[in-house]
Amino acid sequence: MITFKLNGQERTFDGDPDTPLLWVLRDFEKLTGTKYGCGIAQCGACTVHLDGSTRRSCITPISTVDGSEVITIEGIEGKEAEAVRKAWIAIDVPQCGYCQSGQIMSAVSLLQLTPKPTDEDIDGAMAGNICRCATYHRIRQAIHNAADTMEG
Amino acid sequence: MTFNALTTTRRSFLAGAGLVIGFTLAPKVFSASALEGVQAGGDKSLSQINAFIKIGTDDTVTVLSKHIEFGQGPFTGLSTIVAEELDADWSQMRAVHSPADDKIYGNLAFGLQGTGGSTSIANSYDQLRKAGATARALLVAAAAAEWGVPAAEITVEKGRIKHAGSGKESGFGAFADKAATQTPPAEPKLKDPKDFVLIGQELPKLDTVSKTNGTAVFTLDITADNMLYAVVAHPDHFGATVKSVDDAAARKIPGVLDVKTIPQGVAVYAENTFSALKGRDALTVEWDLSKAETRSSDQLTADFAKLFGTDGHEAANTGDVEKSFGGNGVQTLEADIVFPFLAHAPMEPLDAVFIKAADGSVDVFNGAQFPTMDKKVTAQVLGLDPEKVRVNTQLAGGSFGRKAQFGSPYIAEAAAVFAATDGKRPMKHMWTREDDIRGGFYRPMYMHRMRGAIDANGNVVGWDQTIVGQSIMAKADLDETSVEGAANLPYVIPNLRVISHNVSLAVPPLWWRSVGHTHTGFAVETFMDELLQKVGKDPVEGRLALLSKEPRHMETLKKVAEMADWGSAVPEGRQRGVAVVKSFGTYVAQIVEVSTGDDGAPRVHKVWCAVDCGVAINPNVIKAQMEGGIGYGVGAVLFDAVTLGQGGKIVQSNFHDYRSLRINEMPAVEVAIIPSSEKPTGVGEPGVPPVGPAIANAWRRLGHGAVRRLPIVSIGSV
Ligand code: FES
Ligand code: FES
Repeated sequence: MITFKLNGQERTFDGDPDTPLLWVLRDFEKLTGTKYGCGIAQCGACTVHLDGSTRRSCITPISTVDGSEVITIEGIEGKEAEAVRKAWIAIDVPQCGYCQSGQIMSAVSLLQLTPKPTDEDIDGAMAGNICRCATYHRIRQAIHNAADTMEG
Repeated sequence: MTFNALTTTRRSFLAGAGLVIGFTLAPKVFSASALEGVQAGGDKSLSQINAFIKIGTDDTVTVLSKHIEFGQGPFTGLSTIVAEELDADWSQMRAVHSPADDKIYGNLAFGLQGTGGSTSIANSYDQLRKAGATARALLVAAAAAEWGVPAAEITVEKGRIKHAGSGKESGFGAFADKAATQTPPAEPKLKDPKDFVLIGQELPKLDTVSKTNGTAVFTLDITADNMLYAVVAHPDHFGATVKSVDDAAARKIPGVLDVKTIPQGVAVYAENTFSALKGRDALTVEWDLSKAETRSSDQLTADFAKLFGTDGHEAANTGDVEKSFGGNGVQTLEADIVFPFLAHAPMEPLDAVFIKAADGSVDVFNGAQFPTMDKKVTAQVLGLDPEKVRVNTQLAGGSFGRKAQFGSPYIAEAAAVFAATDGKRPMKHMWTREDDIRGGFYRPMYMHRMRGAIDANGNVVGWDQTIVGQSIMAKADLDETSVEGAANLPYVIPNLRVISHNVSLAVPPLWWRSVGHTHTGFAVETFMDELLQKVGKDPVEGRLALLSKEPRHMETLKKVAEMADWGSAVPEGRQRGVAVVKSFGTYVAQIVEVSTGDDGAPRVHKVWCAVDCGVAINPNVIKAQMEGGIGYGVGAVLFDAVTLGQGGKIVQSNFHDYRSLRINEMPAVEVAIIPSSEKPTGVGEPGVPPVGPAIANAWRRLGHGAVRRLPIVSIGSV
């Protein structure tokens, strides 16, 4: 039996311990904000926060999550998350929207670590998140805008 | 939102509340028993009304979009048109997908209901203006009757109905029921475009908020109680079929329930996604390659080249091309350009959910780009009357053409997987990224042979282009999509010939964001650039001189040159390239600034983009589509190819070897929209075609030689 904290709540899982966290979230917890895009840590659509850092849930066996704390797009909060969401909405970042949960989870983590990121910081933190709609131009802008509002 | 929450809304509709504009046929409703426990998003119950607009008693105005929303913006664009004529306030607007029905929701550009060819706005513009104006007239009539004042004295502004004389004022909701009993005007009066207050504004998109908090529901997110999860093992050769299956190991995987051979491959059914995937990995399948494509991409290229000079389909022939190449002092230029197969790779791989109701009818949930086609095919595969199939269109995680397929082969597979069960449990079928990259329905491989003639005065006098590749429309004769943009060359060249050869392969072809322009735009715009360079002409001035018959091309090209301050000094180590392409009625000109990156690959720093798409319905959406189209095009031209290796085996499988552009590779983009009062044209595709040739033109000017084979960065070198 695997026990972990999900968006602040105690959860257990007693299925196949190899099951990636992604499918535990989606199929068992019915938290579908976290997306599948590649299954091999190439696209970032499945990004969650595990014990405070970004993690590709598609390659994270649930067995390794025992005792950990998982935050998903449905549970992310705090001043960075609020600033990021506001900035995302203000300039309409999403197109199809499918990658955006992952983008936002990565962006929030970036701002938690680096409140005033440079373009290079953004490239470094966000290059693992593919957006096939190529909303990158606005993602970059929204991260800068979010950083500005947090400052002010 | 759970189904319980939905029921309330549906009941309130069925109770007759509100005004419905369009075709108030008997509302089709979900079979509630079938959908118990279904998790869906948005006010999906509304999606089952055959209408264009519903005005609720709660003041909300819901537009039923006959076009699927996958990021290109129809929810916002269509709602803008309705809100404009209705004089609604933007904050009261909502949008949902309409049901599947060709009669009501047919795309006026191509008959059946469908989204594609960048037609959503163009084919809805008149239709929804009228619907909006009708709703407004009915609300005004209801208010006039209630207040006992002449309708002519009533004004509507930002969702408020007002009568100045009596000081009376109301929202829409209070009159929604009464409006439904008024007689609609035969010809509703439409606004003069100069009075538009919403069209042309940068309105926020209606679907943004749900896409920032995880609540937007895509097909993959639909879950039903007791649902099965299914995946299919596919061959790694096109045209291969199942010879034999050993499923013993797969059946031992905990959670795997069944394994069945279907025409498309071998289906594995399980209690959850991971068990299904594990089960599929454990299968041993032997494939019959007797009808498969066994040539490699290199062999295909060689076979394509053999067709040059043989009889093809003539797409254009003016003047005397052969003679123009033989004139005195004529210089000629020749080039063969090879284009690879391209996968669309939408972020959400193909997927569908099937639920059978007690009465035997079936609900399909999918990203339906051709919903009535999906309905027909599902009915065929399941052996049902089409009236027993309800297609529930969901938000889709991209498409780029992938979900618009004649004969709906993806849905045929998913339905076959469902048909092989007893239908008692709801079922989700999903493709993995590997299935997607290796699934065919690519932008076909093409080969172009280009010949150009320049006379002694430096004028381009002859253009001879031969195009070899699959016919996307499966035609035996000339397929216009193979030659669009070339046969109707915008440049005035006295002697022009365009020939097309169709080849047939077992690799299924499909349109890919901007269809024929993906290759014709590249061939035309790079070759023209080379011809101009050969005679020392400026790429912008040289093009303008040849565009005398095309004022909108000229205007767009001039605009982008002005934006980029064309002719000004470019930073050391960088070069600029330009291209202009008209596709789907929209004119786009782009200038790119490129350098050689540390890895030897092109580094695209900046793209300036001018677009003329007629009346700009929502500049915010238009700019977003240009930015996105540019990113999509840059990624493809730099990195992407699906190749067939020895024996025809598909080489690529996922994003590690079918590279997507990433944020660190995305250029800065600046977009300008040319003001226009022409009818609006689409923007989903036209941003793509110019960027590839513009990059290749800059790359050549950086001294790397002309690009004769795409992608520019060869596979394996990144
Ligand atoms: S699904 Fe996990 S990185 Fe792509
Ligand atoms: S918004 Fe569509 S993939 Fe990013």
